Amino acid sequence: MTAPLTTTAVPPAGPIFPKKSYLNDGTTIRSWLLTHDHKRIALLYLVGVLISLFLGGVFAMVIRLELLTPGPTIIEALTYNRMFTLHGLIMVFMFMIPSIPTIFGNFFLPIMLGAKDVAFPRWNLTSWYVYMAGSALMLWGLITGGADTGWTFYAPYSTTTTTNITPVLLGVFIIGFSSILTGLNFIVTIHTLRAPGVTWFKMPLFVWSLYATSVIQVLATPVLGLTTLLVSAEHTFGFGFFDPARGGDPILFQHLFWFYSHPAVYIMVLPSMGVISEVICAVARKNIFGYKMIAMSSLGIAFVGFFAWGHHLFTSGQSPFDAGAFGAISMLVGIFTAIKVFNWVGTLYKGAIVFNAIFAYICGFLFFLVFGGMTGIAVATVSLDVHWQDTYFVVAHFHFVMVGAVIMGFLAALHYWFPKMFGRKYPENWALLAAGLMILGFSATFIPQFLLGNAGMPRRYYEYPERFAALNVASTAGASLLAFAFIIIAIYLAIALKYGEVAGRNPWGSRGYEWDVPSPPPTENFDAVPVFTRGPHEYQDVPEDLAKVGHAI
Amino acid sequence: MQSSAARKMTAEGWLEPPPLPHHYDTIENHQSALRFGMWLFLGTEVLLFAGIFVGYFTFRHYFPEAFEQSARHLSVPLGTANTLLLLTSSLTVALAHYNAEHGRNRNAFWLLMASVVMGAGFLGIKAVEYTEKFHEGALPGRFFSFAEITAPGGPVFYVVYFFSTGLHALHVVVGMSLLIWVALRCWRKEFSPTYYAPVENSGLYWHLVDLVWIFLYPLLYLV
Repeated sequence: MTAPLTTTAVPPAGPIFPKKSYLNDGTTIRSWLLTHDHKRIALLYLVGVLISLFLGGVFAMVIRLELLTPGPTIIEALTYNRMFTLHGLIMVFMFMIPSIPTIFGNFFLPIMLGAKDVAFPRWNLTSWYVYMAGSALMLWGLITGGADTGWTFYAPYSTTTTTNITPVLLGVFIIGFSSILTGLNFIVTIHTLRAPGVTWFKMPLFVWSLYATSVIQVLATPVLGLTTLLVSAEHTFGFGFFDPARGGDPILFQHLFWFYSHPAVYIMVLPSMGVISEVICAVARKNIFGYKMIAMSSLGIAFVGFFAWGHHLFTSGQSPFDAGAFGAISMLVGIFTAIKVFNWVGTLYKGAIVFNAIFAYICGFLFFLVFGGMTGIAVATVSLDVHWQDTYFVVAHFHFVMVGAVIMGFLAALHYWFPKMFGRKYPENWALLAAGLMILGFSATFIPQFLLGNAGMPRRYYEYPERFAALNVASTAGASLLAFAFIIIAIYLAIALKYGEVAGRNPWGSRGYEWDVPSPPPTENFDAVPVFTRGPHEYQDVPEDLAKVGHAI
Repeated sequence: MQSSAARKMTAEGWLEPPPLPHHYDTIENHQSALRFGMWLFLGTEVLLFAGIFVGYFTFRHYFPEAFEQSARHLSVPLGTANTLLLLTSSLTVALAHYNAEHGRNRNAFWLLMASVVMGAGFLGIKAVEYTEKFHEGALPGRFFSFAEITAPGGPVFYVVYFFSTGLHALHVVVGMSLLIWVALRCWRKEFSPTYYAPVENSGLYWHLVDLVWIFLYPLLYLV
């Protein structure tokens, strides 16, 4: 960091790396695998989630390489079907849903509330093992069984396919348990472990977004669990629950599936919105604009998200009234999201903005969220969706929101909290370069897909006519750039982990509660129960004080 | 769980509560966190079963005759007996909770064991019913070969029947395991007016198992 960010006084000597922290409190493998410390569990999740991101990314590249030319390129048609199934399932269930809550949520939620740990540390560790076991089962099933249903498991194809899909479904079921445990733990933590002074409306906005996320995780996931159980029972025993030939109803499957899977996109994007609410104050050096509106709109999205699932069934024989109603409800999500966007932009307005990688990710986030959100309003309009249904337009739309916005939030969180988690800074210039490449690469990958979809290229097809070739080449080129940016980030963060400049307690001069503890934090977070005298986003008109905490240093 | 051997017996005749986890300030706070966590978990269970109920109503709407015919082939006496068993076991669980809360661990132990026995009785009757269905060929999906149900949709009814009662029976087994676990802890006199959340939570779970059956019973057997 060259540009001075801080409004607080810069300490005269360089910061010293704390001798004792959660990182070296026990160095054996056992001390990590049996830990109850929320920070160590966060790092365990970090490992699992990054492996998933890597795998999902590799499969995405295989798909893009295959689509480089109109005909067969590198793999066969069946392998291609398996690749997009692998990509979708890994990215949705093993990367995006756990990503921000289990890593940054686990690490920072207790600290932001002034607590020493989450409500149920043992269950927290259990949820990691459940996640790893479910992921392993799902991957094993995908690789040995060759499931080719796509991540949506649409019946009756999924219930009659000859591939061995049962382990995949059970894997999803088991990962669901981990998701429920995490959500349950967070809700109880927020209710019972807030330190004195941390009232509901003094909670950091990241906590609010995790609260909304957890509510969805707890309420929606069981329905997915039941659905996967039904599909696997049907596939194994030939029940006929979803099979019209036996009196079953495939549309019932779609209802049950999307009752979870639509709210699930808010499980992915709400934490990312929470991250942005945190980091935007730190880079703009300003109080958050419209704290209560941002907090409440998270709950609003969580609530409305439960009643929007029918927009996935516009072309499944739904009545025009139902379709219109679901379309209108879906648009309410746009209103709540817009409230957030206006407040973020209001926060930036007249701020003393620091142009760093985090700010670049905020810009990328706003662009992808707004663009993806606007196209979301478009596909929630029944008459338009009939044209775009099952085309690359839909693929581009949900990648903008679920991947663009989520990855931007994930990377912003990773860069913002890296110094706190590991006590060292990353090289800002490299980070800025990677962020630029990331945003460019992402746009180059998915903007052509909007055009392809609008021109009529269907999703999940192995081949395409010659006239789509140019845009597909552009998309593959963009994906390569994206992969390149990820490699740069992986390299400089790995180096910074060991050789980065020592960060000190608060390198950003942030006012968030988590910056009051040493970096990296001690195992107990706080020596005594902390008393926070300021709000978490107060940058102006407050005395330059730290919370009254007995600090470990 | 910390071993009870290390904990001292108080003058009132129960063990000291286990050491408070380091991140809670009071035992009340810890107890309420445990209780709140259980209520949330029960919420997830309700939604799990909600999916089944949605399936039930969907297919009842499609195949009203088959559902009516099939319901007449379920034994109302056996279903009623099971309902009585579960309701009574819920009562004994509630009494066990009351006794544990007042430190009367031995009473709680016997009441919990009575609930476990009634749970086992429920499963026994369920097994009798299942056996009968197997002999009749009143089975789900492609295994269906029950000639007495002439209306279309019979196989689907038995998917709903076996899936819902099967999932419920699984919950009965889990609930019985929980009750046995807390009963053993009652035997060791672990509970007291300050520490009884495990009894309460296991009891809540058992009440949920009961509650699900209270909805399944009329829907499957009576209407």
